[in-house]
Amino acid sequence: MTQAPDAPSRPLIHAISLTKRFPVSSGWFRRDRSFAHAVDGVSFQIQRGESFGLVGESGCGKTTTGKLLVRLVDPTEGKIVFDDGEDEPTDIASLSGRSLKSFRRKAQMIFQDPYESMNPRRTIFDTVAEPLKVQKIGGAIERVERVSEMLGMVGLTPPATFLFRYPHELSGGQRQRVAVARALVIEPIFIVADEPTSMLDVSIRTGIMRLMEDLAARLGISYLYITHDLAVARYMCSRIAVMYLGKIVEQGETEEILHNPKHPYTQALLSAVPIPDPSAARPPVKIEGGVSTPIDPPPRCRFYDRCPVADAFCRDSEHPPLEDKGGGRMVACYKA
Amino acid sequence: MHYMTRAGAVRAVDGVTFSVERGQSLGLVGESGCGKSSIAISLLKILPDSARILSGSILLEGVDILPLSEDEMREYRWKRISMVFQAAMNSLDPVYRVGDQIIEALELHVGSAPSEAVERVRELYDLVGLNHSFIPRYPHEYSGGMKQRAIIAMALACEPAIIVADEPTTALDVIVQDRILREMRKVRDALDMSMIYISHDMAVIAEVSDVVGVMYAGRIVEFGETKDVFENPIHPYTRALMSAFPSVTGEKRELATLPGEPPNLLAPPSGCRFHPRCPYATEECRSQPPPTVRRGVHWADCWNPPEDQSP
Amino acid sequence: MSPQRTYSQTQPSLWKARLTLATRSLRQSWTLFLATRIGVIGLAIIAFYALLAAAHPILMMFVWEERVYDPVVGYAFEETRQPAPPSLKHPLGTDPLGRDVLSQLMFSARSEFMLGLLAALVTVSIGTIVGAVSAYFGGVVDAVLMRLADIMIMLPVISVLVVLSALIGVEHFELAIIIGIVSGFGATGVVLKSQALSVVVKPYVEAAKTAGGGHVHVIFVHVVPNLLPLSFLYMMFTVTGAIFSEAVLSFLGLLDVRMSWGLMIHVTESAGYLLQVTEYWWLIFPASLSITLLCSSFYLVGRSLDEVVNPRLRQL
Ligand SMILES: Nc1ncnc2c1ncn2[C@@H]1O[C@H](COP(=O)(O)OP(=O)(O)OP(=O)(O)O)[C@@H](O)[C@H]1O
Ligand SMILES: Nc1ncnc2c1ncn2[C@@H]1O[C@H](COP(=O)(O)OP(=O)(O)O)[C@@H](O)[C@H]1O
Ligand code: SF4
Ligand code: SF4
Ligand SMILES: [Mg+2]
Ligand SMILES: [Mg+2]
Repeated sequence: MTQAPDAPSRPLIHAISLTKRFPVSSGWFRRDRSFAHAVDGVSFQIQRGESFGLVGESGCGKTTTGKLLVRLVDPTEGKIVFDDGEDEPTDIASLSGRSLKSFRRKAQMIFQDPYESMNPRRTIFDTVAEPLKVQKIGGAIERVERVSEMLGMVGLTPPATFLFRYPHELSGGQRQRVAVARALVIEPIFIVADEPTSMLDVSIRTGIMRLMEDLAARLGISYLYITHDLAVARYMCSRIAVMYLGKIVEQGETEEILHNPKHPYTQALLSAVPIPDPSAARPPVKIEGGVSTPIDPPPRCRFYDRCPVADAFCRDSEHPPLEDKGGGRMVACYKA
Repeated sequence: MHYMTRAGAVRAVDGVTFSVERGQSLGLVGESGCGKSSIAISLLKILPDSARILSGSILLEGVDILPLSEDEMREYRWKRISMVFQAAMNSLDPVYRVGDQIIEALELHVGSAPSEAVERVRELYDLVGLNHSFIPRYPHEYSGGMKQRAIIAMALACEPAIIVADEPTTALDVIVQDRILREMRKVRDALDMSMIYISHDMAVIAEVSDVVGVMYAGRIVEFGETKDVFENPIHPYTRALMSAFPSVTGEKRELATLPGEPPNLLAPPSGCRFHPRCPYATEECRSQPPPTVRRGVHWADCWNPPEDQSP
Repeated sequence: MSPQRTYSQTQPSLWKARLTLATRSLRQSWTLFLATRIGVIGLAIIAFYALLAAAHPILMMFVWEERVYDPVVGYAFEETRQPAPPSLKHPLGTDPLGRDVLSQLMFSARSEFMLGLLAALVTVSIGTIVGAVSAYFGGVVDAVLMRLADIMIMLPVISVLVVLSALIGVEHFELAIIIGIVSGFGATGVVLKSQALSVVVKPYVEAAKTAGGGHVHVIFVHVVPNLLPLSFLYMMFTVTGAIFSEAVLSFLGLLDVRMSWGLMIHVTESAGYLLQVTEYWWLIFPASLSITLLCSSFYLVGRSLDEVVNPRLRQL
């Protein structure tokens, strides 16, 4: 992790009470509109060169948070202060026109599904060169050079044999490497990686994880690393935030959270991970069912319905605030 | 079993032999495309048009089901052997109530009377841990995990002797997966049923199975009691798979990367099919099929197995 | 590998590589197309009529006497009775006005092609853009375009044409443009929009936006190319529709065309021969068979293209 001496006080990304509500039309009448609270008052900081993890079950708002950070989705409320140390710190949500386009040179996203994240009708060269083209960087010759160099860097060698292939001619792992190459080709300083390995086989998965780690160290890139797999988060992230129904419920150093989870949800999540050791007995998971719906949730603790230790106080109070419980560990629970 | 395609025959399953005892769970593990699902559909003889079983036999309670006609096979499917597909939750018909779909299956296959069938559905819902209030609801009112459990209930409807589960939890979250794994183990014990559980996840396999078969490129390359395979893996591929798996709670070790790609089954490599990716490959691996190394019931096909470390 | 070497290896082949790719994918599609059979039959019929169309001016120039064989103003002087049955001089006989039927048939083939292809081109260009834009922007743009589509779909085309032909006179060119606009902004646009809806939510569209791609870039680089297979299919169906509409409209006498297959039947009908088909078969049969054949040939080609571009329909 590379950090400038004056950096600690100035994170690369500072999300402040970030909120995104999607309107969902219920019934035929426009009036009784409901909202899916996909991301609900989320705050966190990502330091330069850091890989920050976001974990949680599907539908808890991880992808939406990621898309907010690269302005694929506009926030309903809240701010995202982006401070690359060169320009003035700016709120990503306020960008438009030219300033948005220059922000896009600095922040990129890698998508979950390597089979869907590439246009099937375009060659690998077209795909990887696209950011260069839309940002008008370099001429045709330079772009070929740059793309080849990138493909070499992500381990697709010799690059010349990959340039003019189509995505369907590559395996899942190779495609995800192409996706990494596309994200890196304009030398961003921040990348949102949305479950980049969850659709890949184990044997290929480690390769991509290694690659991303290695590139981050070499190029000083910061990640928001989204995953539902705690084991992957452990290898990729120094700090993680656990999300549940649009809220961060626990946040802190990865190793500490994994060894001493404080929030009942984190505890359940951890105990549900199968252990690759036939003689190890796992304690029973205390919670039931799936994630409840994010559509107009009641104001109380989002986890209340499934919480094994909930009591009347939890039922009658607001959602608990994310508080520092010592040592930088933030937990949103009245009983932790 | 081969798939006949324009590009030639894909040898998806190539000389695989295994047996499952009553009440036992067999886990099949391997990378995607190694032929796990192909084994599953062969066992039930629900093959797509392009697939052919060229040779071999499948003995179900002593009867070879391969030569059976489609009509005779129908007698076996559901009643003696049934299956939970990969992403089966999408196979529920969205326009019918889930309960009705199970009742229909029951009436069709066992010819039970409607009132009996309703009673049976209640029992099945209890068995897989679903609330009775969900019986008359439509599939879209179920969550992914609940749909998967309903599918399992349906597969159990006729009390089959064996159930083939192809990645039943792959698309689900860990908490839901945990619940389903527990239900399946419970049901298996309650009904003294055999189970073939297919997954690419070593950890899941470690939890559900008594015996494990590790598949690579259409073949089982290692087979044995789960404990033996996990504690003393013989085949380099098994070892690579295990060290590629990150662990949440254990010590944080370096993850091994398996170089290369799974082989193309149109033209599998000569000799040992793993040789292009194997760190221990020698000259004979490239040219000769590897011999079988046996340690009790535990065996693997490899030229250069490690020393036996079991006490 | 150094950048310099990569450059020298790949640069000279940049366009060559693209060309090779294009020909390769064309060849693959062609193989698949050939395998569909119905497409080949369709293509053969189309080729036959294209040949007829191409042969007409040549025959007129070198073989046929203009006075006799002109499809509109010619007259078969040597025949005593009109319509005359097929003979050596007039292989398909003459019509009630003494004009050579074969010449009419061949002359019309060309305008049928022009009409069909022009209508299809207009339909598909409009439909693709409307579909892509509507799906991509959504909101107000979508609402406006879709209401327009509703109007186009409900428009009583025949009545509009009656009025228009009274006002300005509708020939093949105008008809093609009208059909193109109505179907492009109407049904075809709606179909292509529903396809485009599944394209605009693809992660590669989001990746393009994250890279800084603007609306025009995303629409023309990502959305439109992924609609093309379907557009092409609808193009074939529009050809069928246009030829058929023309036949119906000229049969009803609503068009100001000089000659067409529909008009040939119209003339037969207005001269009172329509009910004596068995006796005067050459008046009806060649024209109506041609309409049926050419319409179905484009449809057949469309169906087999559907199979080529849509792998789910491919039979292994
Ligand atoms: N219908 C088919 N036609 C042609 N080839 C097929 C067909 N189905 C599977 N295959 C090929 O057979 C091989 C084995 O496929 P199979 O689906 O059994 O793999 P799997 O181990 O279940 O993988 P996964 O973990 O992705 O489910 C693969 O190479 C695959 O491409
Ligand atoms: N465009 C959208 N419109 C409506 N609801 C959405 C939209 N995108 C996401 N959501 C909802 O927001 C919640 C969080 O989604 P997402 O961020 O994709 O979760 P995750 O990535 O954690 O699986 C889900 O309930 C999802 O259904
Ligand atoms: S606040 Fe109460 S309901 Fe919420 S997680 Fe803590 S104990 Fe459970
Ligand atoms: S036989 Fe050779 S190549 Fe195959 S697994 Fe054993 S050592 Fe590796
Ligand atoms: Mg997601
Ligand atoms: Mg499978």
